[in-house]
Amino acid sequence: MSQVSVGDKVYVAKVKKKERKIVSLTKRLVKSPFGLMGFLVILGVCIVGIFAPVIAPFNPVETDLTKKLLAPMTGGHLLGTDQLGRDILSRIIYGTRISLIIGITTVFFAGLVGTTVGVLAGYFRGWLDVVLMRIVDVQLSFPFILLVLIINAVLGTGLKNIMISLIVVGWVSYARVIRSEVLAIREKEFIHSCFATGVPRWEIIVKHIVPNLFTPLIVLASLQVSTFIIAEASVSFLGFGVQPPTPAWGNMLNEGKNFILSSWWLITFPGLALVITTLGINLFGDWLRDELDPEMNQNR
Amino acid sequence: MSDTLLQVKELKKHFAINKGLFKPKAYVKAVDDVSFSVIRGETFGIVGESGCGKSTTGRTILRLNDITSGQVIFDGEDLSKLSYEDMRKARRKLQMVFQDPYASLNPKKTIRQILTEPLRVHGLFTKQEREEKATEIIEIVGLHVSHLDRYPHEFSGGQRQRIGIAKAVILQPDLIIADEPVSALDVSIQSQVINLLLKLQKEFNLTYIFISHDLGVVKHITDRVAVMYLGRIVELAKTEDLYDKPMHPYTQALLSAEPIRHPDEKRERVILKGDVPSPVNPPSGCTFHTRCVSCMEICKTQTPSLAIMEDGRSVACHLYN
Repeated sequence: MSQVSVGDKVYVAKVKKKERKIVSLTKRLVKSPFGLMGFLVILGVCIVGIFAPVIAPFNPVETDLTKKLLAPMTGGHLLGTDQLGRDILSRIIYGTRISLIIGITTVFFAGLVGTTVGVLAGYFRGWLDVVLMRIVDVQLSFPFILLVLIINAVLGTGLKNIMISLIVVGWVSYARVIRSEVLAIREKEFIHSCFATGVPRWEIIVKHIVPNLFTPLIVLASLQVSTFIIAEASVSFLGFGVQPPTPAWGNMLNEGKNFILSSWWLITFPGLALVITTLGINLFGDWLRDELDPEMNQNR
Repeated sequence: MSDTLLQVKELKKHFAINKGLFKPKAYVKAVDDVSFSVIRGETFGIVGESGCGKSTTGRTILRLNDITSGQVIFDGEDLSKLSYEDMRKARRKLQMVFQDPYASLNPKKTIRQILTEPLRVHGLFTKQEREEKATEIIEIVGLHVSHLDRYPHEFSGGQRQRIGIAKAVILQPDLIIADEPVSALDVSIQSQVINLLLKLQKEFNLTYIFISHDLGVVKHITDRVAVMYLGRIVELAKTEDLYDKPMHPYTQALLSAEPIRHPDEKRERVILKGDVPSPVNPPSGCTFHTRCVSCMEICKTQTPSLAIMEDGRSVACHLYN
């Protein structure tokens, strides 16, 4: 019976400790103006994306040629309408969804593939490392967007295919960073100590190396989200990505560019949405990197 | 007569250095032809200055490095020939205590996880029993049960080293290789940890290989000592014999460097000239001849082998052959 109570106490202590960690992290976030700004932007974008049907004042794909190219603030259209009479605000709101889906899923899967490759290359070294890293080198020698376009040209257009191509191109930066982290960690004494204890190799990797990779992974992922969102917009802008009439920021820019001299609002507002979102993510990512760097934490 | 637990035969560990694509590889002869045996229940010391290969010897016995050549016979089994999986299983009987207690514990694991892991990976006991074992061992090494759910960074160096020792002892191994287990600790903590090691040795009937550069500590706890210089054993003797009457000129110089305990104590200090030669390109003949006070012609050309003296010690020096 006494053991149970000890266990309970320990459990409570653990939960409290986790809570304390989150509370102190939140406190530090509130104190950092840029970090907080980034966080609020991300939060806002997520809410807008999730509740798009509730928030959007009009149907984003419904055309009404009698109301085409209305300037902002006219006829109930806050940000005006495009050349087919579609409400730009509603299209931006729905476009948020595409950007979020792209940002989150591609970063997750690219991270998964890249981490696996990086860990294998870094831990086992030898020919595996050489082969994998040469593949990474070859990929890195091509411009990012060019490679995405090539893969898209092969696979065809559409949301699913652009996600695949972003994953195929995007994993390399993870592999690079994770490999070098693993190289540093595997030479640490506690890994030698596990080996001397007789811990099997795969368990050393999964239980001892991977948990020590979370900090660089979180930071890299948070910065990659904005890169991928911009990449999607670029590809859609070039006509390879999300196809009209589905609203995405990239294809809105693409369609709006023809009217840039007569109707500036077609291209300005989706562009602003893109800028604000990526800026917010980058600010938050920067803050997170500083926060999770243990050497920075020592001063607090 | 006595029960040999570990026998090291002509152990060599050479590290390759790449000097460039078209240049031949150079080798650091970190351990060069080392042989000794360890008797069950004793504490076997390995001393020498930094870079002499004493740590590498310990690590190579445990195959933390690949063995270049030679044999490590543990309890009748040649460890150098075991497959990865067999070696992993054999590690249950051979454990290691590391030098730096700040680096040798995973910062992301609780002490409970650190202590139960060795039992778990060797498939010993049920989960419940493993927890009990961890509770038991943490008290044996002088910590409290409540420490089990803390993380390594919450402990002092001495406490961490106790945890490191507990981690090694929990498997009840036959042999523990302690690689400078106290050199990273304060002097006041050193004695506590050493007393803990001695207590555990009695309690669990352990055999130690104690690697250190601290001559005082080695004198205090070891039964026999091997002195290493540039990857070779130059002298191997019972601890009292060695400290009473060092025979090899290097041992004499090394022991004379030990601080005196009393200001009135008089001792002749042998001061060696020059530096330790590079192990990449060790001197010909006796590796010590460049710094030896009693160097002869033969020392420059012929490598002395370990010769056994009347009192059972072995010395690798031409003075005694």
